[in-house]
Amino acid sequence: MINTTECAVDAQSLISISLRKIHNSRTQRGGIKLHKNLLVSYVLRNARQVYMNEKYAEIYRMQQYEEVMTVCNEIQELNPLDLAEDCEEQRGDCCGNGGVSEPASLCCALLPVSQLVAVQSAHMQPPSACSAPLSLQSDEVCKETEPSFYQSCCAEAYPVSNCEFSPVNNLHCNKTTVLDLDTHVVTTVENGYLHQDCCASLQQCCQGAQYSGKKRKVDFEYYISDIEEVPDFTPCKRAKFEDCSYANSEHLDTSNISNLISIFGSGFSGLVSRQADIEQALALNGQFCSKQALSSLGAMTRAIVAF
Amino acid sequence: NCSGVAVDNGGSNDVQWCFSQVKGAIDDDVAEADIISTVEFNHSGELLATGDKGGRVVIFQQEIENKSQPQCRSEYNVYSTFQSHEPEFDYLKSLEIEEKINKIRWLPQKNAAQFLLSTNDKTIKLWKISERDKRPEGYNLKEEDGRYIDPNTVTALRVPVFRPMDLMVEASPRRVFANAHTYHINSISINSDHETYLSADDLRINLWHQEITDRSFNIVDIKPANMEELTEVITAAEFHPHQCNTFVYSSSKGTIRLCDMRASALCDTHSKLFEEPEDPSNRSFFSEIISSISDVKFSHNGRYMMTRDYLSVKIWDLNMESRPVETYQVHEYLRNKLCSLYENDCIFDKFECCWNGNDSVVMTGSYNNFFRMFDRGQRRDVTLEASREGSKPQQVLKPRKVCADGKRKKDEISVDSLDFNKKILHTAWHPQDNVIAVATTNNLYIFQDKVN
Repeated sequence: MINTTECAVDAQSLISISLRKIHNSRTQRGGIKLHKNLLVSYVLRNARQVYMNEKYAEIYRMQQYEEVMTVCNEIQELNPLDLAEDCEEQRGDCCGNGGVSEPASLCCALLPVSQLVAVQSAHMQPPSACSAPLSLQSDEVCKETEPSFYQSCCAEAYPVSNCEFSPVNNLHCNKTTVLDLDTHVVTTVENGYLHQDCCASLQQCCQGAQYSGKKRKVDFEYYISDIEEVPDFTPCKRAKFEDCSYANSEHLDTSNISNLISIFGSGFSGLVSRQADIEQALALNGQFCSKQALSSLGAMTRAIVAF
Repeated sequence: NCSGVAVDNGGSNDVQWCFSQVKGAIDDDVAEADIISTVEFNHSGELLATGDKGGRVVIFQQEIENKSQPQCRSEYNVYSTFQSHEPEFDYLKSLEIEEKINKIRWLPQKNAAQFLLSTNDKTIKLWKISERDKRPEGYNLKEEDGRYIDPNTVTALRVPVFRPMDLMVEASPRRVFANAHTYHINSISINSDHETYLSADDLRINLWHQEITDRSFNIVDIKPANMEELTEVITAAEFHPHQCNTFVYSSSKGTIRLCDMRASALCDTHSKLFEEPEDPSNRSFFSEIISSISDVKFSHNGRYMMTRDYLSVKIWDLNMESRPVETYQVHEYLRNKLCSLYENDCIFDKFECCWNGNDSVVMTGSYNNFFRMFDRGQRRDVTLEASREGSKPQQVLKPRKVCADGKRKKDEISVDSLDFNKKILHTAWHPQDNVIAVATTNNLYIFQDKVN
């Protein structure tokens, strides 16, 4: 059991600090330092475990079925189509770029930062609008006007997820949970399918969508603190466990920045006990929508795929 | 409080450490290229090499003892300076390769010239450092300034002779060992066979012959088939000082593996695994980070090895794998500060450690320009500081003490006052004498024991 009283630091802030370190490491001179990023991923895992334990304990305390169902209903009312997709500008297969014979996840870490695309939470935008995406980069870069940095996906024609309450379907869904670093909201999106849609509409979108917050500073400090709100807003989708990501590892090289913030599932999976996670989730199932509960943990259940 | 560190030299004299010299710029504004990244004495201790972030190597030489001043040992003066590595760009991977010198290792001396290996993240170079103190004069067909003489004007012949000249030290690259490492090189170690050496990166260790640059043998490969299953990396590696078939490598998980090259060509399977079980009461978010080993060094006698992790130094008996025989806390007061040290990246600092000549004392660095010595026999330790304030010639270093709780005594320093930007990562001990080289960020301090 991790001694969590140390330094009065909580798991959430550690997670945000760690994510920032991994992000910064991509632009450091000399290339990504494998050792340091591995150690950071351990901190992420530890913080995640603590966070999940705390959350599970909290959820376990709220044992009332109606209470949970009410939340579920509220979430149902939110348009599940209001989901942003993370897309990546296609500058060729990252593996081709790098010439490195590494798995996709590793390749993508080597992509220049300029190829990262941010994710916009549709929760903040009308569903059909081309949401202006966010940049994960520093202030300086944010000021650039190059549209390739900012890509958006029209939130249209997204398939309604029929995965909400279906464990069977969930196992075949390609889901990614992403953190919106600007609006500080966690959303879970369907991965592969949406990505293809996104790319099709991409060209139209990125011309028009001007990022209003171009000069907005990415604030890593706060996005985690808003995770508390997530259960209210996250659509009731199953949190993607590592199984999904593995099933879709071949998509990783074409999708996302989800490689940057697409957490914990495909990266350093040796650190994560998938079985334990699933067992824990199932143990808490009981009468209520465990998937909904767990989806709120989606943000916390991923590690950074840095390599 | 002890006033010094006793050296087991048969007597029981307490050693008092005195300032001898400091090399490097005085101003506080540190140029990044001047940051010292490695320090190494050669086998006789006559030469002291430093490498820096700018890819330069500076070699100091100990002058012949000054007989008129018997109370102090001779000083180290600059002997040679050269640019070992330049920044490179890997176009295939769009990665810049830093020119920072990660390690320097001296080859045992075979002739008049000195040889050393220096490495950056990707490329190892063999440098020859030779002296030239005479030059040929009296050529028949060439003037002294190099102009050619018309043979038709030559009426008599003479034999060219060597005449003395001002000493010139030349460094020339003799071998370049490149393109063998995908990941960042962290160690090089010269084998006792005087023919081969190893180089280690995060995931692989390669064996080279000193003469052959186009071929190296991979002897350890811990890269998993699926990189997503990576759980540990290699952090340091070293050959045994006497057994040419034996080497060790440490990992980020706090384990050390001893390998025997006679067992198989690929030494993925260790002969011995040294690991101490983790104390569960100390578990924290940062347990993995602080257990990562940053340096491993064999003792000179080859019976022990020392490892450095973030908070401690451990001595291992090669015959006992289950736990170290000695553990020394370097700065235990930092255990409560790990989250701050994680935020400011200090927790990733890689401290090195070293043995003295007879393996009785070990030394390692800390923050606030402090460094620590642990006397294994006397079970005493001391904290000293490398600073300009204590830099009068022959000034005895005053032991320092860090106060962990709130009750700070006079002359003690509280943990919160420590300057974490002033870190001593690299130290070296003269192979025979009580002379130590301690590198602060951009200065090299040389201390020696007080000769009475």
